[in-house]
Amino acid sequence: MNVDPSSLTLAGAALRLSAREFTASELLEACLRRIADTEPRLHAFLTVSEAEARRQAATADERFARGEALSALDGIPIALKDVFLTRGVRTTAASRILENFVPPYDGTAVARLRSRGAVLIGKTNCDEFAMGSSTENSAYGPSFNPWDWSRVPGGSSGGSAVAVAAGQCLAALGTDTGGSIRLPAAYCGIVGFKPTYGRVSRYGIVAYASSLDQVGPFTRDVRDAAILLEALAGHDPRDATSAPVETPGYESLLDRGLDAIRIGVPREYFHEGMQPEVESSVREAIALLESLGASVEIVSLPHAGYAIATYYLIATAEASSNLARYDGIRYGRRAGGAATLVDTYRQSRDQGFGPEVKRRILLGTYALSAGYYDAYYGKAQKARTLVRKDFEDALARCDLLVAPTAPTTAFHLGEKLEDPLSMYLSDVLTISVNLAGLPAVSVPCGVDACGLPIGLQLIGKPFGEATLLSAAYAYERSTHWHEGRPPAAPRSAA
Amino acid sequence: MTFEPVIGLEVHAQLLTRSKLFCACSAEFGAPPNAHTCPVCMAFPGVLPVLNRRAVEFAIRAGLATGSTIAPVSRFARKNYFYPDLPKAYQISMYDAPICLGGEVRFTVDGAERRVRLVRIHLEEDAGKNIHDAHADASLVDLNRAGVPLLEIVSEPELRSPAEAAAYLRALRETLQYLEVCDGNMEEGSLRCDANISIRPTGSDRLGTRAEIKNMNSFRAVERALEHEITRQIEVVSGGGTVVQETRLWDADREVTRSMRSKEFAHDYRYFPEPDLPPLPVSPEWVEEVHRSLPELPADRRARFERDIGLPAYDAEVLTARRDVADYFEAAFARLRNAKALSNWVMESVLRIVREKKLDEQLRIRDWPVTPESLAELVELIENATISGKIAKTVFEEMVATGKSPRAIVADRGLVQVTDEGAISAAVDRVLAAHADKVSEYRAGKDKLFGFFVGQVMRVMAGKANPQVVNELLKKALS
Repeated sequence: MNVDPSSLTLAGAALRLSAREFTASELLEACLRRIADTEPRLHAFLTVSEAEARRQAATADERFARGEALSALDGIPIALKDVFLTRGVRTTAASRILENFVPPYDGTAVARLRSRGAVLIGKTNCDEFAMGSSTENSAYGPSFNPWDWSRVPGGSSGGSAVAVAAGQCLAALGTDTGGSIRLPAAYCGIVGFKPTYGRVSRYGIVAYASSLDQVGPFTRDVRDAAILLEALAGHDPRDATSAPVETPGYESLLDRGLDAIRIGVPREYFHEGMQPEVESSVREAIALLESLGASVEIVSLPHAGYAIATYYLIATAEASSNLARYDGIRYGRRAGGAATLVDTYRQSRDQGFGPEVKRRILLGTYALSAGYYDAYYGKAQKARTLVRKDFEDALARCDLLVAPTAPTTAFHLGEKLEDPLSMYLSDVLTISVNLAGLPAVSVPCGVDACGLPIGLQLIGKPFGEATLLSAAYAYERSTHWHEGRPPAAPRSAA
Repeated sequence: MTFEPVIGLEVHAQLLTRSKLFCACSAEFGAPPNAHTCPVCMAFPGVLPVLNRRAVEFAIRAGLATGSTIAPVSRFARKNYFYPDLPKAYQISMYDAPICLGGEVRFTVDGAERRVRLVRIHLEEDAGKNIHDAHADASLVDLNRAGVPLLEIVSEPELRSPAEAAAYLRALRETLQYLEVCDGNMEEGSLRCDANISIRPTGSDRLGTRAEIKNMNSFRAVERALEHEITRQIEVVSGGGTVVQETRLWDADREVTRSMRSKEFAHDYRYFPEPDLPPLPVSPEWVEEVHRSLPELPADRRARFERDIGLPAYDAEVLTARRDVADYFEAAFARLRNAKALSNWVMESVLRIVREKKLDEQLRIRDWPVTPESLAELVELIENATISGKIAKTVFEEMVATGKSPRAIVADRGLVQVTDEGAISAAVDRVLAAHADKVSEYRAGKDKLFGFFVGQVMRVMAGKANPQVVNELLKKALS
């Protein structure tokens, strides 16, 4: 039968797989055809694991034939940002330094998907080492926004967002360090969920900034996000920062509605220079939430203005240390012909890392240096405490906060490439959430005059994913924005 | 002008945990290169450290044994530097929040008790090993040791001579061995010692510029290196120069210290809190639990052996130097009265065989030549005059060879000592009758012949006669 993967949700596909309306192999082939058709324009993937995925789908079909499906993910094609370590499948972090790196082990998130029967279709493009907001920092070339090929998909998990938005797979995983799931989800018109720090294991994701990184799903709707989060979440003895807390049955809690839910609207998140359509769409969404039973009040996050500076000290400091292991000695790229050990380091890293990665390593190294530590890293830690405290205060009065995901819709390729600071500002509304370790979700809430998607961001209490998901679900059921699909032949400025 | 040295020691003790500090790999020494490695200790992308609770317990043990304060919350930090034996390019260590603060080590030098305070004890991971001489045009890296847990024990600069430094180190090693947290083997590198040393005019309370001395692989090396460095620094200062703050390596073959790197090239380690590990809480209950499991420490045990058991200081020192020897002694002593006799047997006979047969390894004597129960039985047989001390030596050798109990050996071979005066008297009479000429000589004043008569009587009695009774009866008969 002819399956159209772009018209399916994960939950819908799972139902039809168990009803034997189509097979996992048919679903996979449809995705692979879609990839073949659209990749030349989108470049969402760095590696498509066709052979492996076909084996997994065939195994899933055997299970379906026996009536022994493992879970709602059984036979579902899912893509992984190329920072997830996959045993036997090349994992590059979109960097030259890991060009030919084939991991010897699966990370925890990957293992959890595998054990539930998911078909791992391939590894998606991203900014090198997840450093960026547009996916333009990939060493293998950018991905393109399926709504407008001249625009970026957002980043850093851009490839995963593109793959889901364009129907190349049914869901994807990304990582979010400063907005890297929510921003591309907003730019590509899909749901992107960043869980509480500690909710999902970080074991087996290429580390960028350890105290900020978190794994999360990209899906076409909120129910799918709940299903995937339920599969991913839970304490992992391999990650000392993963929280030993119970995982609620997120999907079963989706219908709780918005009655008695108190929503805070952070004053600071509606600033000047915001694209007017973004503001109006988000305000409409807030009005809708209120009409659905939520109470709304204005709250303040007084230290919001320090978030970007704080983030770029802490994240880069951690990154400078996390990326020091790429030294060309045990794996990855080693420069040939270096005469000394120091030359081996210098040349391997010089050839292996791209300009943004080098910039951040330098920045982070500087922030930790003797004589500068207190002024930079030390102060950033204090600012982080203040930012976190802002959220604690606001969330003591409210159940969740609502804001835009990004101040604008997707920008043009190359537009901010020469100006790192303006690029960093794309994350101004997402970055504080990582500093505070909170869960947040971006759901589609409109389109701008060019037809580009706009994202609504809901921010929850620590480990308050269930409330976040049920609120997002209530909103989604009253709108149709999540049903929008990119046009088959989008306009392009090219 | 005279100078005095100011010395502080930094000791790294490899912990005897089964697995490494942050992964499940074996921490055992001596495996083929890179046999004990995994993605975590090889620093593959995406891996995370998980703390070994046993290593923390060992740190608490060491802290309690030295009277340190156990921090309710300590924290790991990253020490960043590039080197091939350091796969992550950072070492996970403790920096501004160590697990143990303060404390002291007690030891004796030239009969006088000394106490040297500790700055801190903290946990950190070891690095691997670079091997430069195995390959013509490449260096090889063995990561078996990478991630093995270490305790770093830092003393205050309160040591005033190389002899004190060595005595401090011995006492510290003994304590760590008693606690069974480190085997203390300096040659294999499971106990390593760096020294910070400076000199100052005698009586001054200012500190001079210090040099750090590394690569001292034995107690002798510590003493020799410090002696050499003191002489060197005095020569520098006396010659009008100034001591440079630097790291120097001890060259044991040439008996000199050589400059390794000076302060200008010192690393900036860019320490910062390890974000992959949450702060480490240690509850009072945990400390209490560890406290209850602490063994009696060597200094306390030595004092008790002298005071309560009545052993001479030398015996107490030898017997308590190792926990298992002291345990052995006490197990045997439980059923005896004469501590000194037992002590002699342990020191002279048992430990001699342990040394000869190389039965001691790490912290445990693998096989005792005889059980403490048998040894006690043997000493008892001497004490109650069942056998003579001389026969006992034969019995002991047979106990070692056959594993039989001394009572069984004595019975089987009919070695029971004869104290029956009638039997001995008869033997004396026979001997004196057979050697009438020698009896005359003896009576004429040749006293030395007494030994000859004793020997002859013992021979007649097949060595089993009670020597005291033989002596008495001979004397009576000859007078």
